[in-house]
Amino acid sequence: MCTPRWMIGGLLALALAGGAQAEAPKLGVPAGPALIKAWDISIAPDGSGLPPGRGTVAQGALLFQEKCAGCHGPAGVGGAADRLTGGVGSLASPHPIKTAASYWPFATTLFDYVRRAMPIPRPESLSNDEVYALCAYLLSVDHIVGANTTLDAVTLPKVRMPNRDGFVPLWPPHKAW
Amino acid sequence: MHPYRRTLARYPQAAGGGLIDRRAFLGAGLLAGAAGVAAGAPAAAVGEQLPPSMLRPGAALSTYGIPSRYEASVQRLIKRPTVDVSPGTGSSRTPLHRLNGIITPSGLHFQRNHNGVPDINPAGHRLLVHGLVRRPLTFTVDALLRYPSISRICFIECGGNSDVNAANDEPQQVTVGAIHGLISCSEWSGVPLGVLLDEAGIAPDASWLLVEGADAAGMSRSIPLIHARDHAIVALYQNGERLRPEQGYPVRLLVPGWEGNINVKWLHRIKVTSGPMETRDETSHYTELRRDGKALQFDFIMPVKSVIVLPSAGLTMQGPGWYEISGLAWSGMGRVAKVEVSADGGRSWAEAALQAPVLPQCLTRFRLPWHWSGQPALLQSRAFDEHGNTQPTRSDWVSRFAADQEYHNNSIQGWGVTGGGEVLNVYT
Repeated sequence: MCTPRWMIGGLLALALAGGAQAEAPKLGVPAGPALIKAWDISIAPDGSGLPPGRGTVAQGALLFQEKCAGCHGPAGVGGAADRLTGGVGSLASPHPIKTAASYWPFATTLFDYVRRAMPIPRPESLSNDEVYALCAYLLSVDHIVGANTTLDAVTLPKVRMPNRDGFVPLWPPHKAW
Repeated sequence: MHPYRRTLARYPQAAGGGLIDRRAFLGAGLLAGAAGVAAGAPAAAVGEQLPPSMLRPGAALSTYGIPSRYEASVQRLIKRPTVDVSPGTGSSRTPLHRLNGIITPSGLHFQRNHNGVPDINPAGHRLLVHGLVRRPLTFTVDALLRYPSISRICFIECGGNSDVNAANDEPQQVTVGAIHGLISCSEWSGVPLGVLLDEAGIAPDASWLLVEGADAAGMSRSIPLIHARDHAIVALYQNGERLRPEQGYPVRLLVPGWEGNINVKWLHRIKVTSGPMETRDETSHYTELRRDGKALQFDFIMPVKSVIVLPSAGLTMQGPGWYEISGLAWSGMGRVAKVEVSADGGRSWAEAALQAPVLPQCLTRFRLPWHWSGQPALLQSRAFDEHGNTQPTRSDWVSRFAADQEYHNNSIQGWGVTGGGEVLNVYT
């Protein structure tokens, strides 16, 4: 059968009007809750995503010496890897010292990053209790939390970092400096 | 009359220091008699017989070509600041001064890795889209390969490019690749991200995405949904072939013109959210600390920039005479509209020729004929994009930021040429 030229044009126009959505093959497979739970390791600033568990400053101090100090130095200063502590209040000085303590705006980022990326040779190897303990210890060095602190999914997001108000977001773009 | 036989006086001078009008050689073949800028390889003696390669059969056919063995020195420059404790962390930089045109060979595309290059079998790789969506979905690589694809020729520039000129009080005498080589340009092909997001069905309160790689750093960044949905590509191919492992095989995100770190490699998870996740790499890093102690955050777009690559630091002029000044310009905001070149330290500027194609968020090659008198010269370039943005001087740029702030440095590069023909990195 021979299709008239006007009909081909009409069908083409219909197809194009459908847009990308209509043309997409829709090959996504539904993702179940177990997969999402296993893969979703992101912690939001409000604490959503934080897992059960808890850790103390004292536990974190021991863990830090065992698993972190080799690269970051004792108490998070003086190692080959990024400095983690000190420098609080230095950011507007001629020699700003950017550390997790002095610069990071949210304590939740500490949990998120330590769990996903540290220690470098064995990322994702720390238990949730260990990550909470390491966060508690690191924040205690500069007295952001007290020496007797226990951190968990409720208390960690409530920690107010010294540089919480130190960032000027350029998005949305109308906020440009 | 052959154009090269004309005297210098007959060429239109475009600016001081011997810069010639960009149209002087158009269509004439470029500077056949011009002196070259030495890159170090001594010329072999040429006899008066036929070339030996004409006297015997050459090498066998090959299944995958590699560069000539005589080009073995054209390599990425590796920088690993914490090699002792984290050997997979650092960068390797594109040797810009050894390349021409605008496309970076895939094997010379810069790398910035945060804990090594993962070895991912595509058969087991999935991309998860979840969060504020109606239908959380996973996509296999085979599935992504079946979607209608698009291609973009565009640059990727690390947010920390040109750090060498930002963080050091004295100019370092290293090559242009070592200073500015955290930029590369490729043709990328893949699936518009918006197609996959629409398939999952974005919830009304969604406004950001968390994008995560399947590397040992779990590299993750937050991206505004409105931009990602319209402009991001889930890239599967680079320069016609599947991605190289160090460029994110089997899947990477491409957000043309936005800082390299956003273009997450080994892409395996996208979470649709109502706000930024404030990840380590958008707080601790890739933020710009000002002198007042406040830091700019979510400065996504790479600003307009240019750099002369020939001549550039570490190269040596081959005596007075004709040269082609050649360089690269780009803007994350759009197309390059104009590049100006100065040979007299900024007293006068000449407009360079822009070589087609001139594409948005893409490297643009510029060229300008130059007659070097043999006297000391100071070469600079400054680009203007189609929105009128241009580059600051280094001193202006540095004055905005805290000491050692090294992100988004788009200040004007100066190359000093000594009377002896040595080319030096110079701060202006």
